[in-house]
Amino acid sequence: MFTHSFMQHAFIAGTAIAILCGLVGYLVVLRGQVFTGDALSHVAFTGALGALAFGFGARAGLFAATIAVALLLAALGPRGRGDDVVIGSVFAWTLGLGVLFLSIFTTRHATQNSAGGVSVLFGSIFGLSAGATLTAATIAVVACLVFAAIARPMLFASLDEAVARSRGVPVRALGYLFMVLIGVTAAEATQAVGALLLLGLLAAPAATAGHLTARPFRAMALSAGVAVTSVWIGLTVSYVVPWMPPSPAILFVAAALYATAFTVSRVRVA
Amino acid sequence: MLTEPRLTWNVIADVRQLFDFPFMVNALRAGTIVAVLAAVIGWFMVVRRQTFAGHTLALIGFPGAAAATLLGVGVLYGFFAFCAAGALVIALVPRSGSTRFSEESAVIGTVQAVALGAGFLFVTLYHGNLNGLSALLFGSYLGVTGTQVTTLLIVAACGTLFIAIVGRPLLFASVDPSTASANGVPVTLLAVGFLVVLGLTAAEVSQITGALLVFALLVLPAATAQALSTRPGRGIAIAVGVSVAITWLGLGVAYYTPYPIGFWVTTFAFVAYVGSLGGRQIVRTVHR
Repeated sequence: MFTHSFMQHAFIAGTAIAILCGLVGYLVVLRGQVFTGDALSHVAFTGALGALAFGFGARAGLFAATIAVALLLAALGPRGRGDDVVIGSVFAWTLGLGVLFLSIFTTRHATQNSAGGVSVLFGSIFGLSAGATLTAATIAVVACLVFAAIARPMLFASLDEAVARSRGVPVRALGYLFMVLIGVTAAEATQAVGALLLLGLLAAPAATAGHLTARPFRAMALSAGVAVTSVWIGLTVSYVVPWMPPSPAILFVAAALYATAFTVSRVRVA
Repeated sequence: MLTEPRLTWNVIADVRQLFDFPFMVNALRAGTIVAVLAAVIGWFMVVRRQTFAGHTLALIGFPGAAAATLLGVGVLYGFFAFCAAGALVIALVPRSGSTRFSEESAVIGTVQAVALGAGFLFVTLYHGNLNGLSALLFGSYLGVTGTQVTTLLIVAACGTLFIAIVGRPLLFASVDPSTASANGVPVTLLAVGFLVVLGLTAAEVSQITGALLVFALLVLPAATAQALSTRPGRGIAIAVGVSVAITWLGLGVAYYTPYPIGFWVTTFAFVAYVGSLGGRQIVRTVHR
């Protein structure tokens, strides 16, 4: 399996992205910001298509759009978190813009049909070049380091905001920084599993870890581990089963692990 | 007799031209039905802070339609079956109680991603008619048939009837669940019922706007109405008015321009929302 260079690229980039998703995802679920992740994942779609429609690289558009909207949502919401209805309204319109860009893109590049749009929506992890793999992995590592640096105060601020603030933790600034981090994660994961499916990679491993342990740092590590496992199994399944595209395979594994953890902890409580 | 739609300065002629083709008449009928239902249900969705669930239910229509296409069943059944099932799954997960860990939103997020993944898989298995995929995701108002309009009308009537019957207790249960529960309102039952109706609404709207843009019609008119009025009756009326207006405007403009209807409807809706926020700000400043 690893003799193919596209599989090597998929595994390298997939692992790096999965670790980032698992780590960031844990705090996203803990802070109840899954909907924000959802919104930013759809923004990733618009950003990538906008860049394609106007002839930039898709990756530049991805990162620019997700980071800009992340900051916008943080600014609009209370305490740098974002309000449900505001988030919903902003990203409903962003999706509309994405549709406009898609139609501009498809009319300009009639030969490619809407394949470009589909790869943005559902990912193309088997199509990563060596350069793209290196970039994706580097960005993921840097983002993980940033996460590691702010994990402790961030956790404090998430669990008890008032006490954290009184102890001198810059809650608001951290909120903004974390939003940017979610934006970067969304843009990264779009390259692997696509804009529409990355939410699963954020939410499912984190929630699985939440069922397995109550200790936050252990849960973060577990969450990253579960995400990596999902990506590895998913990629392998997709390699072995010819009709199975990689991104749904990854998602199905992540959801199955979550369902198992959920059921087991239910049974144990009962 | 296919002529290029052309905009003239004669507004009456332009509007009459809109009604020349039967498909536009059907599209306007379907759009109106969908807009009214989406506004009413959306208003309650925003009050109940279930925007995330609403968005997920909206997206579940996509794998439903894709599965129905794959099996050769009517797309309509796929939409309704999947959305109702998704609503039940979300409703069955307990609300996060004492812990801060937001289990509920994690479940919703996972359901959404799995549903979309399944939809993508079904479309791939169907040997990727990508235009079909984009119609499912982004909607098409061109092919609405008379039978479809009738089905939409029946479902919309059921949804509106549900709200007419349980509207008051539902509002009570949404605003203050514990007091409502103490007063003998069946809060859990209402929550499940509402989610199912929300799912059916999402399925219904999907057929016109596509799975990705349902959410715009659900949330934006409702959010606009909430910015303008806090009274339930007036708020719902405003939401319906805004929703119908943007749908008509969207259909009309989409007819004359090469750009998709989804873009126009979401843009007009967003403009209305931002306008209502601005208007509220001005009113507050004047009153101060």
